[in-house]
Amino acid sequence: MRVAELVMAVVLALFSCYLMWKSGEGPSWDPSIARFDNIGFDETGAPGAGFWPFWLSLAMLLSCFWIMVNWVRRTSPPSQSDQPYMDGYSWKMMLLVGGGLFAFLGVIEWLGFYAGIFLFLVYYLRFLGKHSWLQTLLIAVLTPVFCFFFFDVAMRIVLPKGLSEPLFLPLYDIFL
Amino acid sequence: MEILSALIDGIYQALQPINLGLCIIGVVVGLFVGAMPGLGSVNGVAILLPFTFVIQELTGSATSPMIFLAAIYYGAMYGGAISSITLGIPGASTAVATTFDGRPLALKGKAERALVTAAIASFIGATVANIFFTAFAPPLASVALKFGNPEIFALMLLAFSTFIGLGGDDIPKTIISIALGLVLATVGFDIITGEPRLQFGDPLDFFPATESWIDTTGFSHGIRFLVLAIGVYGIGEMIWTINSTRGNVTMTEANVNFSSVWAAIKAFPRAFKGTFVGSFLGFFVGILPAAGATPGSLMAYGVTKMMSKDKDSYGKGNVNGIAAPEAANNSASTGAMLPMMTLGIPGSPTTAVLLAGMVIWGLQPGPLLFSEQPDFVWPLIGSFYVSNLVAVLVNLAFIPVFLWMLRMPFTILAPMIFVLSVIGTYAAYQNMFDVWLMLLFGIGAYLMRILDYPLAPAVLAIVLGPIAEPTLRQSLLLSDGDFSIFFNRPIAGPITVIALILLFLPLITLIFGKLRGSKPATS
Repeated sequence: MRVAELVMAVVLALFSCYLMWKSGEGPSWDPSIARFDNIGFDETGAPGAGFWPFWLSLAMLLSCFWIMVNWVRRTSPPSQSDQPYMDGYSWKMMLLVGGGLFAFLGVIEWLGFYAGIFLFLVYYLRFLGKHSWLQTLLIAVLTPVFCFFFFDVAMRIVLPKGLSEPLFLPLYDIFL
Repeated sequence: MEILSALIDGIYQALQPINLGLCIIGVVVGLFVGAMPGLGSVNGVAILLPFTFVIQELTGSATSPMIFLAAIYYGAMYGGAISSITLGIPGASTAVATTFDGRPLALKGKAERALVTAAIASFIGATVANIFFTAFAPPLASVALKFGNPEIFALMLLAFSTFIGLGGDDIPKTIISIALGLVLATVGFDIITGEPRLQFGDPLDFFPATESWIDTTGFSHGIRFLVLAIGVYGIGEMIWTINSTRGNVTMTEANVNFSSVWAAIKAFPRAFKGTFVGSFLGFFVGILPAAGATPGSLMAYGVTKMMSKDKDSYGKGNVNGIAAPEAANNSASTGAMLPMMTLGIPGSPTTAVLLAGMVIWGLQPGPLLFSEQPDFVWPLIGSFYVSNLVAVLVNLAFIPVFLWMLRMPFTILAPMIFVLSVIGTYAAYQNMFDVWLMLLFGIGAYLMRILDYPLAPAVLAIVLGPIAEPTLRQSLLLSDGDFSIFFNRPIAGPITVIALILLFLPLITLIFGKLRGSKPATS
């Protein structure tokens, strides 16, 4: 936990620097405006477009340094903790659940929402939840069917179908 | 008298079949999300907000979707107690204090008494808060009508300072959370100059070769609050719950039938003291931004215990220890609506989501709402009373059903929430970029939460950012860049000073603590 506290503070400090750098960017249509010209006040006394995000990012950066000071002085609970940031179970679940979610979105981009929901539910219920095949298939089939009728048919929010689009054409003819 | 007639008219509107139906559905959904460990009112409201656009389309008004979400909010406050008592796991953070005495009473075989006490105390707490809300909201709104940009910004500052000074979380981490939310709210285009801001272009901004790595054009429309809210509460919280519960959930069976419920109702007067303290304390704590229902319920528990002659019975199943936090969390949830509706400043993460919903439905929360949109405001206030009554009736009548639903394995609930989060985000904006972003926020939120980074301030900040920045910049434009405008106006001045005191409160406390600590040494 202690190392993770420092790593997170460093990552956030770098991100703050990046945000400060980006905040100072002038408009692309006017190259005469130099970087960081917009973080102060203009001649009318009005703050520029980068004023708000720049100074907030600086506050973030200073807070990261504050966390680092607390880390050195061991005054915050994570900086005193000798517990691991994530134990074996947490890493496993993080990879299985988080990875599953990334794969879920990947499948949505490729095969569409309904195939994605079906495959994700089969993966989660059967392989992570250890539910029976009957229960798994029942939920994995009924959920996308319900979603199709609710979103595509009732609400007319057409969810992307990806490569599975041709399978839905007959359904569109019947229900839409 | 005018308020009373507007209220009666509002209740009549709330009782219209469509609104009453939405009220009942909202309460049932709220009871469910409140009871389920890992889900709370904010998760329910955030995940279901995209679906309210349909309700608005069907009914043609913003009142009905708001009634639906407010009913979820109410139901969730009631529902949190069910899992606290029967599972020993708070359904939401607002019901943590209910566990202290609710669980021991359930383990003594009196789960139904604990459940009924929680339900009735919740009803009384919410009723007291509704009366306060009705009495205070219109005059507060008329005062707030005098607010200009400096006053509004001062209020925003006060909201964020409260998080820092009174939030109780690690201060630098709270500042990071607030600043991050506010910066994320600036992504897109500057609404004053029209300049593109923080659109990230190529990921590293240094090498043209990275330009094509990721399509970041999605940032041009900004980062919508719902993407962050669903990421944090739909994905991050669920992964957190999966890891923290590790599947070890044991349920206490409750013998719920008509005679046991009736016996518990007859015994309720013994919980009067806790209900009284919780109802009044909860409302005033709920009004404070950053405070809300969780600290409200914990404070009510502490005060009731402190006032009790029999302190030792607390933590062992004292009914006042159940009534106080339950009355307080319901009262605080209505209290948090007061600044949201009258000043446009949410008092809790859930009201922040409700506020953002109002903006999406085309309303401008704040004082003008009362004078310009009475057709929206009064039916909504009326629905608070109706939802409260519906919630207590549904709660008492369907306790066995909720107990049955709580047996649903988490390995079924979790993937359903993930699917709902993904579809909800897509349905709201119909673009996959936001769905990917939502997932990244969810994973990031989980990784930060392990290290005690508070995430509610970030959600509040992304909602308030689009109000805070323009009001600051317009105020400074008005004063030619002079910050004294926030100090020398009669309303903005005191608010700014209070905000600064709250901002430096931890430092002041530290200095006083050191001085007090050094006194005995020197004497």
